[in-house]
Amino acid sequence: MNKDMSLSSIAVLIEHREKQIKDISYEMLTLAHKIAKIQGLEITSIILSDNCQSIADTIKSYCHNIICVEDKLLEHFNTQLYLPILSDIIVKTHPLLTMIGHTGFGTDLAPYLAGSLSMPLITDIFDLEISPEKLLVRRSMYGGKVTAEFISKKRPAMVTVRSGSFEKVFALSSAIPNLSANIQKLSFTIDPTIPEKFKFLGYGEVPTTGIDITKADIIVAVGRGIKEQKNLAMIENFANDIGATIACTRPIIDAGWLPKDRQVGSSGKTVKPKLYIALGISGAFQHISGMKNSETIIAVNKDPEAPIFSVAHYGVVGDLLKIVPLLATKIKELKS
Amino acid sequence: MDIVVCLKMVPDTSETEVRVDSSGKDILKVRLIYTTNEADNYALESALLLKEKSGGTITLITVGEPKSDEILRMGLAKGADRAIRLTDSLFEKGDAWVTAKALYYAISQIKYDLILTGCIATDDGYSQIGPTLAALLNIPSAAYVNKIEVVDNFKLRVDRELEGGILEKKEIPLPALLTIQTGINTPRYPSIIGIKKAAAKPIEVWDAKKLNIDPNSFESLVELEKMYHPIVESKAEFITGSEDEISAKLTDIIKEKVGL
Ligand SMILES: Cc1cc2nc3c(=O)[nH]c(=O)nc-3n(C[C@H](O)[C@H](O)[C@H](O)COP(=O)(O)OP(=O)(O)OC[C@H]3O[C@@H](n4cnc5c(N)ncnc54)[C@H](O)[C@@H]3O)c2cc1C
Ligand SMILES: Nc1ncnc2c1ncn2[C@@H]1O[C@H](COP(=O)(O)O)[C@@H](O)[C@H]1O
Repeated sequence: MNKDMSLSSIAVLIEHREKQIKDISYEMLTLAHKIAKIQGLEITSIILSDNCQSIADTIKSYCHNIICVEDKLLEHFNTQLYLPILSDIIVKTHPLLTMIGHTGFGTDLAPYLAGSLSMPLITDIFDLEISPEKLLVRRSMYGGKVTAEFISKKRPAMVTVRSGSFEKVFALSSAIPNLSANIQKLSFTIDPTIPEKFKFLGYGEVPTTGIDITKADIIVAVGRGIKEQKNLAMIENFANDIGATIACTRPIIDAGWLPKDRQVGSSGKTVKPKLYIALGISGAFQHISGMKNSETIIAVNKDPEAPIFSVAHYGVVGDLLKIVPLLATKIKELKS
Repeated sequence: MDIVVCLKMVPDTSETEVRVDSSGKDILKVRLIYTTNEADNYALESALLLKEKSGGTITLITVGEPKSDEILRMGLAKGADRAIRLTDSLFEKGDAWVTAKALYYAISQIKYDLILTGCIATDDGYSQIGPTLAALLNIPSAAYVNKIEVVDNFKLRVDRELEGGILEKKEIPLPALLTIQTGINTPRYPSIIGIKKAAAKPIEVWDAKKLNIDPNSFESLVELEKMYHPIVESKAEFITGSEDEISAKLTDIIKEKVGL
């Protein structure tokens, strides 16, 4: 490496899939700017792709350096292909901090990469501060009921960053000096047996049953608080009366009570109905990220501390099994 | 196939108040109910299904206090063959790195073709220990797996879950480590006979000495400094009153927002 960036840079792994740069990449660049400015650090984006130029062109005004490794074998993300390349880049360029998205790709890659380098890793962070003395992050624990501050005892370190925690960098462009990254193409000889042994077989999608919850104006969503599958009938009744579509949290899908295309959240669908009624849903980050932009949110939960109340417009602390039947009766009365 | 399943005992906090204790570094643990971590139940079920199909053994392993024997017994009752608990003051309050290393030292002494962990522990939420353990063992891993197919006894075809329900389909040769996502199967309940049999099975307890661990090489890389309750910027208007009054008010809101 011709440029010595020893502990003076922040490395950001640019995530992309099927030629699209993922939002998380822009969000990490925002975080990188936030800390780089204070500490006088440089931002280095790392791109592994079969076509680096188009990605580099898109992000070059948001970082100081770009390291590209281009190879047709890098068309798709593949942890086992990424590992030796990223290890090599990190060992040679020695960034103070490496950022990877806390995504389907990042959670497969980062713990392995950090582990093989014996490097401190703090996962799923939503905030980070660096000073000469300290590298501090904030993350959730216990399903969002607690926030914890962690410090890294060593540098360099690695973090995985929670989606949606930061604005996208181009939204802040006024605050960012006009950059045009120095692009460096690295050649790396990929062991051809790796893509054979760890063969990428394609992307798959969730089968659909014909109902598209993203098109619904009104959604009644249920969580584990409905307790038993048989209580679904009562909820369906109520949903019918107000013309709502039924959706749910992941545990309801896992239990097989509703088909997968009814799931709202990070590993399900993102919805934005006029009205979202959340019944017995705790409000885990992965669920909230899929419904927080609904126009009106009503949440019924017996736990006053349930995080769902942080995004709700109307909250009811109570037993849904008592309230929903009463509500259904009132709606029926009103309609007749 | 010989399979190792890593199980963690976690407090169920989904419906209970969580309070930070006076140290500011942990939650108050009294009154909490402990269970097997959700994803680990699915990992164990995957192991049981593979064993039913093609034979082999299942070894359960946990890093934890004596009370974690409970989840090991539950796993034995469901059909696992062997259970090991790793316990030492060196492992207590360790970070993900320390836990992964303890597991690494123990599993290095066991014959295995496949290691299964959960994709995430519901208490700390790291999503880290599985792939870190694989890196230490120098075997490949795949995270957030929600489908496993064994091909010719030496490789696996897996689906990994990405955002928005998209799957990454790939192959991975054995030996390997998979972190299992919830919903991959339907975890069974143990039978009465299984529970009786499990009560008689031994639980091996291994400490750092038994594992030949040099205490000086066993330090956390990250440290929890402080815990607190998130500042909830709740904009919610809370509707109170009797259940009847609440439903009347909710009816009004629904009518106002979407008509009826
Ligand atoms: C990678 C990954 C992706 C994920 N993707 C998603 C996703 O896309 N969507 C998703 O939803 N989750 C997802 N999850 C799971 C998520 O982390 C939570 O576990 C899940 O959202 C919790 O569902 P819940 O609210 O139904 O259950 P719980 O968290 O168990 O909450 C149940 C709630 O019901 C309340 N309750 C109980 N009884 C009653 C009653 N009688 N009346 C009123 N309230 C009651 C309780 O107080 C509690 O708050 C994902 C997790 C991971 C690791
Ligand atoms: N103390 C432990 N003992 C055994 N396995 C563990 C322990 N902690 C975590 N694991 C395993 O690692 C998985 C992921 O945990 P985590 O990385 O903490 O989210 C869990 O689902 C378990 O399978």
